[in-house]
Amino acid sequence: MSNAADTPSLLSLILFTPLAGALVLLFVGKRQVDLIRWIANATAFLGFLVSLPLWFVYDSANPDWQFVEQMEWIPSIGAQYFLGVDGFSVLLVLLTTMMGVIAVLSSWNAIQTRVKEYYIFLLMLQTGMIGAFVSLDFLLFFLFWEVMLVPMYFLIGIWGSDNRLYSAIKFFLFTLVGSVIMLLGILAVYFYHQDVTGVYTFDITQFHELNIPSDLQWWIFLAFFLGFAVKVPMFPFHTWLPDAHTDAPMAAVLLKMGTYGFIRFSLPILPEATQAFVPAVVLLSIVGIVYGALVAMAQRDWKRLVAYSSVSHMGMVMLGMFALTPVGITGSIVQQLNHGISTGALFLLVGVVYERRHTRMIAEYGGLSKVMPVYAAIFLVMTMSSIGLPTLNGFIGEVLILQGIFVVNKTWAFFAASGIVLGAAYMLWLYQRTMFGTVDNPKNENLPDISAREFATFVPLLLLAVWIGLYPKPFLDRLETSVDKVMMRVNADYTPRFAIAAAGDADAQRLTVDAAAPGVEATGTLVLPDVPVRGGAR
Amino acid sequence: MLEITPLHYSLLSAALFMIGVIGVLVRRNVIIIFMSIELILNAVNINLVALSDQLQDLAGQVFVVFVIAVAAAEAAVGLGIIIAFYRNKETVNIDEIQIMRW
Amino acid sequence: MDLIWLIPLLPGLGAALNGLVGIRFFSKQTAGLVAVSTMAVAFVLSVVAFLGLLGLPADERYHEVTVASWIPPIPLETANGIGSFEVPWAFALDPLSGMMLLVVTGIGLLIHVYSVGYIAHEPRGGVARFFCYLNLFCFFMLTLVLGSSFLVMFVGWEGVGLCSYLLIGYWYRKQSASDAGKKAFIVNRIGDWGFILGIFLVFFTFGTLDFREVAEAAAGMPVEVGFGVLSLICLFLFIGATGKSAQIPLYVWLPDAMEGPTPVSALIHAATMVTAGVYMVCRNAVLFSHAPMVMEVVAWIGVLTAFMAATIGLVQTDIKRVLAYSTVSQLGYMFLATGVGAFAAGAFHLMTHAFFKALLFLGSGSVIHGMNEEQDMRRMGGLKAYMPTTFWTMAIGAVAIAGIPPLAGFFSKDEILYRTFLHSQALWGIGALTAVMTAFYMFRLINMTFLGRYRGPEWGHPAGGEAHDDGGHGHAWHGPHESPRTMTAPLMVLAVGAVFAGFIGVPAALGGSNVIEHFLEPSFTAFGAFHAAEEAHHLSHTAELGLMALSVLLAAGAILFAYRNYVQQPAAADEMARTFAGPHRVLTNKYYVDELYGATVVRGTMEGANGLWTVDQRVVDGAVNGAGWTTIFSSWVSHVLDKYVVDGLVNLVAWVCAEASYLFRRAQTGLIQNYAFATLLGVFAFVTWYLLAR
Repeated sequence: MSNAADTPSLLSLILFTPLAGALVLLFVGKRQVDLIRWIANATAFLGFLVSLPLWFVYDSANPDWQFVEQMEWIPSIGAQYFLGVDGFSVLLVLLTTMMGVIAVLSSWNAIQTRVKEYYIFLLMLQTGMIGAFVSLDFLLFFLFWEVMLVPMYFLIGIWGSDNRLYSAIKFFLFTLVGSVIMLLGILAVYFYHQDVTGVYTFDITQFHELNIPSDLQWWIFLAFFLGFAVKVPMFPFHTWLPDAHTDAPMAAVLLKMGTYGFIRFSLPILPEATQAFVPAVVLLSIVGIVYGALVAMAQRDWKRLVAYSSVSHMGMVMLGMFALTPVGITGSIVQQLNHGISTGALFLLVGVVYERRHTRMIAEYGGLSKVMPVYAAIFLVMTMSSIGLPTLNGFIGEVLILQGIFVVNKTWAFFAASGIVLGAAYMLWLYQRTMFGTVDNPKNENLPDISAREFATFVPLLLLAVWIGLYPKPFLDRLETSVDKVMMRVNADYTPRFAIAAAGDADAQRLTVDAAAPGVEATGTLVLPDVPVRGGAR
Repeated sequence: MLEITPLHYSLLSAALFMIGVIGVLVRRNVIIIFMSIELILNAVNINLVALSDQLQDLAGQVFVVFVIAVAAAEAAVGLGIIIAFYRNKETVNIDEIQIMRW
Repeated sequence: MDLIWLIPLLPGLGAALNGLVGIRFFSKQTAGLVAVSTMAVAFVLSVVAFLGLLGLPADERYHEVTVASWIPPIPLETANGIGSFEVPWAFALDPLSGMMLLVVTGIGLLIHVYSVGYIAHEPRGGVARFFCYLNLFCFFMLTLVLGSSFLVMFVGWEGVGLCSYLLIGYWYRKQSASDAGKKAFIVNRIGDWGFILGIFLVFFTFGTLDFREVAEAAAGMPVEVGFGVLSLICLFLFIGATGKSAQIPLYVWLPDAMEGPTPVSALIHAATMVTAGVYMVCRNAVLFSHAPMVMEVVAWIGVLTAFMAATIGLVQTDIKRVLAYSTVSQLGYMFLATGVGAFAAGAFHLMTHAFFKALLFLGSGSVIHGMNEEQDMRRMGGLKAYMPTTFWTMAIGAVAIAGIPPLAGFFSKDEILYRTFLHSQALWGIGALTAVMTAFYMFRLINMTFLGRYRGPEWGHPAGGEAHDDGGHGHAWHGPHESPRTMTAPLMVLAVGAVFAGFIGVPAALGGSNVIEHFLEPSFTAFGAFHAAEEAHHLSHTAELGLMALSVLLAAGAILFAYRNYVQQPAAADEMARTFAGPHRVLTNKYYVDELYGATVVRGTMEGANGLWTVDQRVVDGAVNGAGWTTIFSSWVSHVLDKYVVDGLVNLVAWVCAEASYLFRRAQTGLIQNYAFATLLGVFAFVTWYLLAR
């Protein structure tokens, strides 16, 4: 945690910047719509700027929690205000703050009613998400987790599409049921920890060292599973998603909550139960991949199609995670970023035409390549990113996940890989139906191409898509130690890379000492130390 | 000559008391009822005086003085109520005073 | 040679330039110039690199350049303990990739030049878009060729699929074009499914994805007798190859791909991309030669595809479709070659085919251009007089593909047939029959198009093209005409290639030394450690010559037959079609394979999708809504209970009290006298009781 010393309360700053913006907005008159928009955009951008040091200062070689902040919160029950990040959270926080900027910017014209409330909720939502990603206290996590529900409920219920009340209530109930059961799980861990150590605490880092008996793990896993699987959403719990997607970029991040929950809590706290549940979760994931893709193919509504493609992609993410191999987990996290980028962009793209035509029915469109060429080009890139074309981001995630699962079970990989065919089928069909052909619908004849502001929302996404596709190393490096820490929990035999690197360093040091010691022939030929280059033996 | 014994006092007192009670129960005119109450009080007074003499205890006679004072006050208040009531209802017939009915 | 990474990058830059800036700002000339010049530089670099390769001793002709890290090492278990999943951006030059490099950049350059003329009638942005796609294609194709590992090759592999999609659907306003593009991409993706699984299995088996390391490891393994892991790898890889190289059962996309502009058909769907499957099999020759069962499958799929496509080609009337089926058929030949172990022959045929098929496609493009977008050969005829250059060059191409010596096709095809004969007579029989049909349908094409009587529309008024108007010219048509110089010059260059390219592979029986085979040999032999290809038996040179003579005679016969049927007695062809009406109908309908797939796979998927959607709405969401309804229902029940039972009890008590009060309030007269009387009675009662109880 050496580097964190320079930036003592960076995480709090990142966490509360959006909230501060929301507070400022409270005191602005609701008629001053433009002022509200400017403040919201400035806040979101500021939020992104203050989160940038995470990328540069985060030390990917250091396996400890970084940027840690710890103080009492509710001492009587052992709850703390405890923040800290590892590789997973760094990337997800950065994704959140970036998506925050995009979400706020893309709402400039899209939101015309109750503008002030909208931005306040949006910024609150952002704080909630960041909070969930950086909390190292389970109760604090749960607080932020629930805090997200409220703005999301209103965002869906007020600014949602048709049938919005139904969607909002469905979303709310779904996630609430999940999180209540999750809370039971949290309490079970809490009391078990007290039983064993005599200390009441919600400290996740402590929980990560806990060895819970497997039958208790089993129940807690089920409780966590319900809470997280709803958010992911995994196959049978996905039906809130197509209804609820209003605020696209943020919603695309929202789904990461579930997968983040799995990787932060289920896997390291409940390693035995995790292994026991692998077949079940993998089965649900594969069903989700194929099912989501097929159902997407049948959609007539553009946005619902993208939503179902989300189900398919998140199935892929879960699959990689439960491969329980370093490659699979790395791929899973990368795929979460990818999903945020490409699905977020696809939702934005739907939003762009929705703003112009106020319909999302695919049949209403056609031939847009002719009238909106730039739009069509961006859509093409994002389509390709979504279906995993190499040189774009989606491929890296998919190939890592599938390779990760392949070494575990070839049959699983066989069926999961069918997703790449189906994904191509529904996305290309969508592309053909909307972009290709002649402009049959006279309403589409004079659609303006995307504006500079809209274009600006896509630029970071396009750049990231290409960056991750061509040179994912910076991202993968940042995940290395975190993935290894999770692997060490779920697989006792696993030798983490940082341990190997440390051993290597030690050997190297010994070597230099030896070389300096008298009696060693100064031939200059270095005998390489016997470093285990490959991971531990199995 | 007939000796006047405490029994006679008691009988007189009881007779007066019963007359008063019957008067209170059966008469309809509030004024008469009022007078009957006075009778009851006086029946008690006779009893008190007789027993005071009998027992050679002056406390009974002191009580009588009190009762007379209270009766006077009561008469004043009661007549005041009756007058107030008469002003409202133009009657002193007790059968028509049933505002306490359910 | 250290700069080989520039070779793919240059067209990539061109694509980026044309795509990002060009569509909006470049004139047609600038767009074309950017594309052609990047390709030209890439070609020059390729030649330099190739010469550098030639300068090395034969067993050192392998040069790998790592440009950057792509996927950094991540530990992952493999069949042999923990490995490290790592893929760098690395390119490798060896004889096989060197040859492909020359083919791709050379023919790519020619086709870029040709396209400048061909695409000139498109609007300005469209031209830049076209060149952007075309350059992007070259970028990916060169990545595919040069990639030193499976995954880098897969990048190119998928990328060319994308470009194929974009270029087939270039005239996106045309429904059939966008359909064809989509079909191509999706069918290819089915193949890619197999390919990527094969890649995963390669990593799992060998712990690396580098071609060279895999080949070296595989060379140390025994040749599999049964169906082992190497066979499974090869089968998966071959599934990928059937997708990309249009083999049974995934060939259906290639004929439809002819919806794209003709230079695209020439470059992608004849010369380069579709041969990627063959290239991939050749690249993994060591793996395949250790899996004889899969080799047998490859050979049979190849020969059956060759045969089937050739039969369909016999009756097609669309000039480009004939060529498309011919391509499928020739690709089948290449797989036949690899299947019988003659990887060098396959690669050799790949190269010669690239020349003459690109030539034929460009020629057909020239015809279509000259005929104002007419593609139906029944409305052509006699065009020799109007477009002599096109005729002569195409005729050379046709002779080459028919296998008449000494043109290129003869040497490569004969090498394949010879090696097949050594392997299995049955395969040879089908192959030879296919060769005859090839000669026939090619000359049917030449005869129907260029010879005989002109059957096309009168000029001065628009040609009766079928819905080709969107991509059509903007100007009035003045009759069939020769194409501009930028289009005919590439034809001539390719014709020269089609004539002479075969001489690098003259077999020993004809006094040559089969240079190409010796050159390519290191690529197929685990880089110096190969031992498997024991040639079981050789035929004598005489027998080999006999086979050659036989196939040449058959081809010549087929050519004459075509001449008789389509030029001398045009009625004879119709006569024949009537005689064999049944088979003819089956062939014109392409064995109804599209219909079959449409009815099974496509329909099945769509119905499945719709079915699942219904399930999603009714069952999954139904369960959710059901839970909601159950909650609402139970709350209604509670409400009823609450209202009538719980509340009812309370109300009952109240009611009883109220009713009772009717009784008892009678006592409450409000008359003080009554109360006093009651009190009196009470007093009496108590006193009485008191007295009596005493």
